[in-house]
Amino acid sequence: MTTYSLDSAILTVVTFIPLVGAIFLLFFPRRPREIRGFALLVSVVDFVVSLHLPWHFERGQSGFQFDLNVPWISTPNIHYHLGIDGISMWLVLLTTFLTPLCVLISWKSVHERVKEFFILLLVLETALLGVFVALDLFLFYFFWEGTLIPMALLIGMYGHERRVYAAVKFFLYTMIASVFMLGAIIWLYANTGSFDFTTIQAALHGGQVSGLAGASIWLFLGFFIAFAVKVPLFPFHTWLPDAHVEAPTAGSVLLAGVLLKMGTYGLLRFNVGLFPEEARRNAPWIIALAIIGIIYGALVAMVQPNLKKLVAYSSISHLGFVVLGIFSFTQMGVDGAVYQMLNHGVSTGALFMLVGILYERRHTFEISEFGGLATPMPVYSTFFMFIMLSSVGLPLLNGFVGEFLILSGAFQAKALYGILAATGVIWSACYLLWMYQRVFFGEIKQDTNRSLPDLSTREKVALWPTAVAALAMGVVPLLWLNPIEPAVRQVLAPMSQMMSQVMGR
Amino acid sequence: MIPGVDYIRVLPELVLAIFGIIVMIVDPLLDPRKNQKPLGGIGLAGAILAIVATFFQAQYPGTAFYGMVRVDAFSIFFHLVVTVVVLLVILTSYEYMDVQRIRAGEYYGLVLMGAVGMALMSSAVELVLIFIALEISSIATYILVGFRFRDAASTEASLKYFLLGSFATAFFLYGVALMFGATGSTSIYTIAEVLRAAHPSTLAYVAVALMFVGIGFKVAVSPFHVWTPDVYEGAPAPVVGYMSTAPKAAAFAVLLRILFGAASPGWFWLIWVSAALSMTIGNIGALVQNNVKRLLAYSSIAHAGYLLVAFAAAPQIGISASMFYAAAYAAMNVGAFAVVSHFANIGERYVTLDDYHGLGRRSPVLAAILTIFLLSLIGIPVTGGFFAKFYVFSAALKANLVGLTIIGLINSAIGAYYYLRIIVVMYMREERGVVPVMRIPPALATALAISLIATIYLGVLPGQILEYASKSASALLR
Repeated sequence: MTTYSLDSAILTVVTFIPLVGAIFLLFFPRRPREIRGFALLVSVVDFVVSLHLPWHFERGQSGFQFDLNVPWISTPNIHYHLGIDGISMWLVLLTTFLTPLCVLISWKSVHERVKEFFILLLVLETALLGVFVALDLFLFYFFWEGTLIPMALLIGMYGHERRVYAAVKFFLYTMIASVFMLGAIIWLYANTGSFDFTTIQAALHGGQVSGLAGASIWLFLGFFIAFAVKVPLFPFHTWLPDAHVEAPTAGSVLLAGVLLKMGTYGLLRFNVGLFPEEARRNAPWIIALAIIGIIYGALVAMVQPNLKKLVAYSSISHLGFVVLGIFSFTQMGVDGAVYQMLNHGVSTGALFMLVGILYERRHTFEISEFGGLATPMPVYSTFFMFIMLSSVGLPLLNGFVGEFLILSGAFQAKALYGILAATGVIWSACYLLWMYQRVFFGEIKQDTNRSLPDLSTREKVALWPTAVAALAMGVVPLLWLNPIEPAVRQVLAPMSQMMSQVMGR
Repeated sequence: MIPGVDYIRVLPELVLAIFGIIVMIVDPLLDPRKNQKPLGGIGLAGAILAIVATFFQAQYPGTAFYGMVRVDAFSIFFHLVVTVVVLLVILTSYEYMDVQRIRAGEYYGLVLMGAVGMALMSSAVELVLIFIALEISSIATYILVGFRFRDAASTEASLKYFLLGSFATAFFLYGVALMFGATGSTSIYTIAEVLRAAHPSTLAYVAVALMFVGIGFKVAVSPFHVWTPDVYEGAPAPVVGYMSTAPKAAAFAVLLRILFGAASPGWFWLIWVSAALSMTIGNIGALVQNNVKRLLAYSSIAHAGYLLVAFAAAPQIGISASMFYAAAYAAMNVGAFAVVSHFANIGERYVTLDDYHGLGRRSPVLAAILTIFLLSLIGIPVTGGFFAKFYVFSAALKANLVGLTIIGLINSAIGAYYYLRIIVVMYMREERGVVPVMRIPPALATALAISLIATIYLGVLPGQILEYASKSASALLR
């Protein structure tokens, strides 16, 4: 039934190139130069190969493409089933896009146990890609847990002072939460006899699953808790500031850029995709949590004396927007949510890189240590300004498109949601601009800051792609939104049916 | 007249016994001041031949010795687990005995003799023979526990294990006697017929409970687990790797035979309560341990609990899940103890968490291998431990044991913490003082490679083994 054409193999290739690279790295001699170079090569090759996806993606078509479905384990019935739709395709690309930049940004900052670092980074990339391409629930869980160990090790081995605490906290939060998801997955298997996403979806929507009436809320919550911790949604967010601040720069970039998207992707794909009715019923309190997250994250970010923590809290606020968009159940809102996932990956990923660059020079994240940096580091300040504005949501840059779509969707769903969330936009302008003012303008207070070197070529190479992406995504959003729309429409299809039933239209 | 094929049906046991005897004969001929490696070589040959004999035996299923022994897919499965564990333990001990300066040839003899009992436990279908097999395996392990005789803890452990163990086997024997009283037979299959035919008498219920006490002690499930931490701490590390896997697997085989083969009544709540208690006590106990051997002792109590969850589930699917669990657990735990025994060094000096600080830097290969075993014990995908847990819990959910499944899932989340502690200290803490790390000897490397491959294999392609296990389950239930 399967033809092994390039199209069906491409996802496997994209997913496992980094892992194969990591295995090669195992046998490398401990010479940092070669190791870094090889890791860069592997990640760039993976990015180039992954460009095949948008190139050959049938836009305007819903459903999964590049489908590959081969039996893996007979009992239980587990398939190696990969496929992407317009939503997951961009997340795959985001991952392959950010990883080479992570390699570049870690070039100098990691000088001990270099080999292990890049092995972990590449293994992490494979696991992340796997999460987005897996269409078998079991396989999904497999990759989901697979992201945990490399990430925890990256934080714990290469992080800052309180790294062990942060790593253990990260591990336990995620591990404990995903146990509930595993329970839900096993229940679904026991009652549908399949792990296949589309089969389960059809069975659930067709009402062929016995005992669903009583269990569906628990299943919904089982998935929800795992994803809510990952997003992180208020009040499950406390691991995030710790993990971010302690993680090495590359860890933060992937954590904010991609790992958090696993949560929002899961909410959209599984919570909304599998249990539309429960999603509708529970939407009000989830939206409430999202809005609390938006405002709370922004307010806490405002008072942070620590640059990296500020960016971390801003993530909580921005991801709140994404959750709000998803649970608005409007085409625009969900489109915007998916778009915002990508935006956040690019902008916040870049912000963490910038913060990391500063840390390499001064070994501190304290805002009060800086001031007037625009004079010694003009290029750096320009990049920072650009990326920060994209994060704030300036028109013509990417953040604007996402936030605009989400807010319009939220207004459509309920005006109050839109009004409350819109304040978040203002807050984010406040804390980011204020931070920028304190760090880059004014007098140079510390003498050491006077002679800080500006960006090196390597750092520029790492930052340029993000700036270009931010601009491109702001100017021609339709390029990205085209494939997203049909996929979102399909996710929302059962929802609109229900709506019309409820409203008697 | 006993037909010749009967001897084939006990061939692995014969091979193990013969090689055990050879070790005993050769031992006095060797110079006691020289190392005992030739004896290890003989033991190794015995273990390998026993594995070969098991494969050979698989072509001759059926009963032997007047219905006392039965070779079927079920017994073959456990024979393989036991013999492979013996092989791994001998490989691990090969250098260990030298490093610890333990000069005692009977060590290998006892390992092989104990394996005779364990192998027999999985193929015996007659209660008295089961009892004898249980005793053979137990007595060998009692002595093995005391082999670090320069250390008082080891002697204490041996004595404690011996006293409590004999007490427990007495319970088992009492149960056998009552079962005979209730059904008029000691053959598993006759008992099954009698118990199925009519409503079982009270005597049968008591018999099952008493036998469960005896077996429960051997597999260290709560509330019969109290001996475990002390004994594991005192015993030589390779022996702990041995006794926490092979005799346990064999005892679980006995329990499966008695509960399901003999259609015993009234076991459900016994198993339910014991499973819930073991998981909880094991995991919570492990949280506060600072000695790696003690920590793994509590972890083994917890794992026995997970295994019992599968027992509570349902005959067919539960049996195969528990068999898979036993195999996966054997692979990862023997491996973990092999690493521990190597790190322990002379006199098992370095077995606390503090000694593991910074091992990731000093011994990257061993630390990575131990990490994989620990991740498997946590139940992270791509390892056998994950599928083991997965099968157990899906069997339990199929049988609608929602409560027990939730207890189990919460427990496996708690369990993640203490395994993680070891990984954390190995990779994320600076080393304290100088803890020497020896070169990895080839024998140990082989043992580690085998258990690592088994752990990963079970985690990537578990289908084949599970299919074999479910075939065995139907053989058991026939």
